[in-house]
Amino acid sequence: MEKMSRVTTALGSSTISGRTMFCHLDAPANAISVCRDATQVVVAGRNIFKIYGLEEEQFVEKLNLRVGRKPSLNFSCADVMWHQMEENLLATAATNGAVVTWNLGKPSRNKQDQLFTEHKRTVNKVCFHPTEVYMLLSGSQDGYMKCFDLRKKESVSTFSGQSESVRDVQFSMKDYFTFAASFENGNVQLWDIRRPDRYERMFTAHTGPVFCCDWHPDDRGWLATGGRDKMVKVWDMTTNRAKEIYCVQTIASVARVKWRPERKWHLATCSMMVDHNIYVWDIRRPFIPFATFEEHKDVTTGIVWRHQHDPYFLLSGSKDSTLYQHMFKDASRPVDRANPEGLCFGLFGDLAFAAKESLISGDANRKPYPGGDRRYPIFFFKKPDLTEQFAHVSSALSVFESSLESKRMDWFVKTARLYLLSGKPFAELCDHNAKVAKELNRPQVSTTWTMLRIMFSDPANLSTPGPNHIGKLGTLPLMNSFSMKEMGMGTESRLDRSKGESRQDNIHLELGNSLINSNNDENEETEGSEGQAEYMFGDAELDDDDLYSMDMFFSLVFSAEEQEYTLPQEAFPLRHEIMDNPLAPEHLQQDKADSPQASGNEAEVMCLTPIESFSLISISQPLFSPHLPAPFFCPVVREMLSHYAEQGDVQMAVSVLIVLGDRIRKEIDDLTQEHWYMSYIDLLQRFELWNVSNEVIKLSTCSAITCLNQTSTTLHVNCSNCKRPMSNRGWICDRCHQCASVCAVCHHVVKGLFVWCQGCSHGGHLEHVKNWLKSSSHCPAGCGHLCEYT
Amino acid sequence: MDLGVRIPRPLGNGPSRFIPEKEILQVSKVDPRAQSIFEDAFAALGRLDNISLVMGFHPQYLESFLRTQHYLLQMDGPLSLHYRHYIGIMAAARHQCSYLVNLHVNDFLQVGGDPKWLNGLDGAPQKLQALGELNKILAHRPWLLTKAHIEHLLKAEEHSWSLAELIHAVVLLTHYHSLASFTFGCGITPEIHSDGGHTFRPLSLSQYCVCDIANGNGNGNDLEERRSSHQVSGEVEVLMERMKQLQECRDEEEASQEEMATRFEREKTESMLVATAEDEECVQSRDVSRHFEDPSYGYKDFSRRGEHVPTFRVQDYSWEDHGYSLVNRLYPDVGQLLDEKFQMAYNLTYNTMAMHKDVDTTMLRRAIWNYIHCMFGIRYDDYDYGEINQLLDRSFKVYIKTMVCSPEKTTKRMYESFWRQFQHSEKVHVNLLLMEARMQAELLYALRAITCYMT
Repeated sequence: MEKMSRVTTALGSSTISGRTMFCHLDAPANAISVCRDATQVVVAGRNIFKIYGLEEEQFVEKLNLRVGRKPSLNFSCADVMWHQMEENLLATAATNGAVVTWNLGKPSRNKQDQLFTEHKRTVNKVCFHPTEVYMLLSGSQDGYMKCFDLRKKESVSTFSGQSESVRDVQFSMKDYFTFAASFENGNVQLWDIRRPDRYERMFTAHTGPVFCCDWHPDDRGWLATGGRDKMVKVWDMTTNRAKEIYCVQTIASVARVKWRPERKWHLATCSMMVDHNIYVWDIRRPFIPFATFEEHKDVTTGIVWRHQHDPYFLLSGSKDSTLYQHMFKDASRPVDRANPEGLCFGLFGDLAFAAKESLISGDANRKPYPGGDRRYPIFFFKKPDLTEQFAHVSSALSVFESSLESKRMDWFVKTARLYLLSGKPFAELCDHNAKVAKELNRPQVSTTWTMLRIMFSDPANLSTPGPNHIGKLGTLPLMNSFSMKEMGMGTESRLDRSKGESRQDNIHLELGNSLINSNNDENEETEGSEGQAEYMFGDAELDDDDLYSMDMFFSLVFSAEEQEYTLPQEAFPLRHEIMDNPLAPEHLQQDKADSPQASGNEAEVMCLTPIESFSLISISQPLFSPHLPAPFFCPVVREMLSHYAEQGDVQMAVSVLIVLGDRIRKEIDDLTQEHWYMSYIDLLQRFELWNVSNEVIKLSTCSAITCLNQTSTTLHVNCSNCKRPMSNRGWICDRCHQCASVCAVCHHVVKGLFVWCQGCSHGGHLEHVKNWLKSSSHCPAGCGHLCEYT
Repeated sequence: MDLGVRIPRPLGNGPSRFIPEKEILQVSKVDPRAQSIFEDAFAALGRLDNISLVMGFHPQYLESFLRTQHYLLQMDGPLSLHYRHYIGIMAAARHQCSYLVNLHVNDFLQVGGDPKWLNGLDGAPQKLQALGELNKILAHRPWLLTKAHIEHLLKAEEHSWSLAELIHAVVLLTHYHSLASFTFGCGITPEIHSDGGHTFRPLSLSQYCVCDIANGNGNGNDLEERRSSHQVSGEVEVLMERMKQLQECRDEEEASQEEMATRFEREKTESMLVATAEDEECVQSRDVSRHFEDPSYGYKDFSRRGEHVPTFRVQDYSWEDHGYSLVNRLYPDVGQLLDEKFQMAYNLTYNTMAMHKDVDTTMLRRAIWNYIHCMFGIRYDDYDYGEINQLLDRSFKVYIKTMVCSPEKTTKRMYESFWRQFQHSEKVHVNLLLMEARMQAELLYALRAITCYMT
């Protein structure tokens, strides 16, 4: 405060006061500037050039500098600056390339003082020297900067950036002779005002134009730059090479940047497009603005701190034709609205949770996380200077480890490793996967696999039946009954099969056949068949360790209903099923023998049970019609897959998808499939199951997935002559036009597979080298190296 | 032919009706860079279209052009592939550019587009139909584009556009409007495989003659050309002299501000008086007109009496400051690509003029660029529009105006009548400038309207 009162001038007020206020301008503003005593502000734009007085409660228009009936383009201002020493002196940069100075002390209405028309293009920026009264600098679109002595009619020196347009020029606050210039091509140059021939230093600050730069008012070496690449960077210029010490990423291109007075770390920015807010950043906290002013309705074009030693007042002009005075205390603080809590799951079920210490400090059991324990005062609100501090949110991080026994993702890894997705017949894959799931204690999944096998097995090579399986797996009966209910309409066929298959003795075939037929005849005749089927099947399950007795039961049933066996024609589909019956016993054998090939078995079966199959085929073939074809189950399976995927077991969804392949693929839309694949692959890769993930990618049928395998598979080799990378083709170098890879054996160019010794780096055609090394252990090139081909 | 197989034969001679084939093919032989760009383009697309061949005169530009086009059509973007090609068709059809339409009809079908859409805009989804209005205005009178048009497209309804999609569409539209200008400006001929690019009629003497006479490649024409070029020798020197004068006298004689303003107005009005040449019947193999509605809607001069549209000031909305940021925000990377392309086109120079070397052509290029923007009512505060009158003669202005405003009317005579001593590669260079300036002008209007909508 002492400082402030010292610099205030004769105008009276010893301290600045005011409130957040605004006034309407007649036209959009391009730039604003304040006079030194902070009592007046000048607003300049294409159609406006006015001076407003800053009063306690409002802006008061003091002067309109835009005079004349048809004002010339000299009034169309791109930039304006009020001299900080001489309070009557203003300078503007005109869009037509003129630099104009204005003297408010002139008695006439037209205050125009001097006119310099040396620039050929729009002048983007004018800047008075901070301490020298008559020195004015301008930067223009034509790539030149000019220094004017206001006592002379023309520029005293011209600086050529040797590059594109100059966007900003700023005299250094501390170095009398130095100024910085920023360019449209991303460079920033430092110049000594005495040496117009070349710049002192140049560095690339941004990609794309650097719209603005500002020297730190206190720190001699700091320069802030803002660019179209949405960044604000702070450079330390004291070292030999300009060093980027801070970087703030904003959400839109940065049009203006201004250091906040009396605050070492703060700067204000506004953007050129899209974003209308003014942000004040603490450069040490680049991810969230310290304060935001959200009043403007269109982009802010000019910002300036009202007084060079007062950090609480910010003035801004905007394209929405308003001029604002913002009070710092009225700014919104994004940090107050930010969520300080964080939550994340680890791969193996661990949970990390960060929250304000105040929230969890009461928890006595909490073990302090090593290294993360900071003791900042939580009740920062009681500090006097509350608005000037970033809220110190001290968070406590807790990690909850999942207990060992419930390492919940173990099953995932094991399942992924053990599942078979291809390479075997469908039924075996299902069986295998069912077994895997069972061993991992996931009965439901296991059952699902079994069911899938049953549902989709091509009737022609129907595989292992339920009861047999049941006998082996023990826990399955329950599932089977469950699945039956789920299947609804599907019961009959399965029922048939299981019955047929449960017969281990062919003697019973006739019985079984007739039973089935009769049973199904009844089904077709009476609607209430399902209950009966279930009942029967349930019986079968109960009898799982005594199949023979179950058969007996069946035969009993059959005999009881024999007389109803009357309408064979209506049982076409069932006949079809019957035809498959012979396979059942064969499969039992196969299971015992663990034979991998199912295709060969069919014939075998025929041999084993020649009589029945012949007779049956002869009957059923002409009557053949697809009974309960696989598509019938598709809706159910699709629902099932979605169910698994929604439950989080995308592994199951994808595995089934791959194993079923064409049987189900059409049923599920491509996007969903792709989504599942992506999720599963992502999971696999997180668990570093690269092989599995690759297999999944390979087996997937979505083009979007399979192409994952083909990304970044190119490996560029270097030319053996010029040692530079060969980008186009692998065998001829673009630069030296020599064939790079010559076979050491045949001395021809290798265009295909090239194998080389890592010891002596000679090599050639794979075949040639292979052959050569059969007969000799030395390098074919004759370098004497003992190459080895493994 | 003995087997009864009909063998197609190219109709035109080489990629361009205006430029001798020899000269175009020469390029790739001499310039290894052009050669490798051609190779890459062929590898990427499986074809090398005539546009690329002609642009091969300027390999640096071609590279940038192809990269941008590839990104717009093939790479990640908000619009689906067949939409992109269809928008290309819509835009090219606006200028009745059958060459581009055919090219993209094929691409459209290839990426799985619905052939029904090709029956006309009525067959396309409503979403695309809504774009028709924007297409029309953008192509012919971009200054009439307002916030309301954008609002209409973006309003939340079933067939509405998202902002990102709209930007993509706008870039595509402007790209193909200006590419149509280039196609006509350089007299690009259809490729042999596309409609109108070949004939099955056997070679007959009479046809050969007709064809060649029409294309002006006959010997007789050549002679005449040489004679006429002899007549106008000195044209280049005059132009250079003027440029030098302007450079020198600039510092001495300063026009008053008022005069500068009137000069812009005068150039604007004069550009209106430059008649866009007599109509020439164009043979359309495909009924291009069905891809757009309201065929009567065409370019109307910006500065017409009666209606007043405020002048667009570049200083208030420029590509570098505003347009770029907006495009890059909504369609990442495209801003950068376009920026590079604009700069490449604007800054391209070999410091030659016809047979003279070491000439600074900045002034000339700027005059051409600003003249085009002037026709669209875009004004540079810092430009003295008197320069245009000094540097661009009438026949050149006619060519520019025709090419930019109603490219379908460009004729070989126009192409030949300006800058007779200049080389073909330089004329192609001019075409590139025109094309990019036009694209930027349209983009500026469209983006400004979008910005207005957003604020």
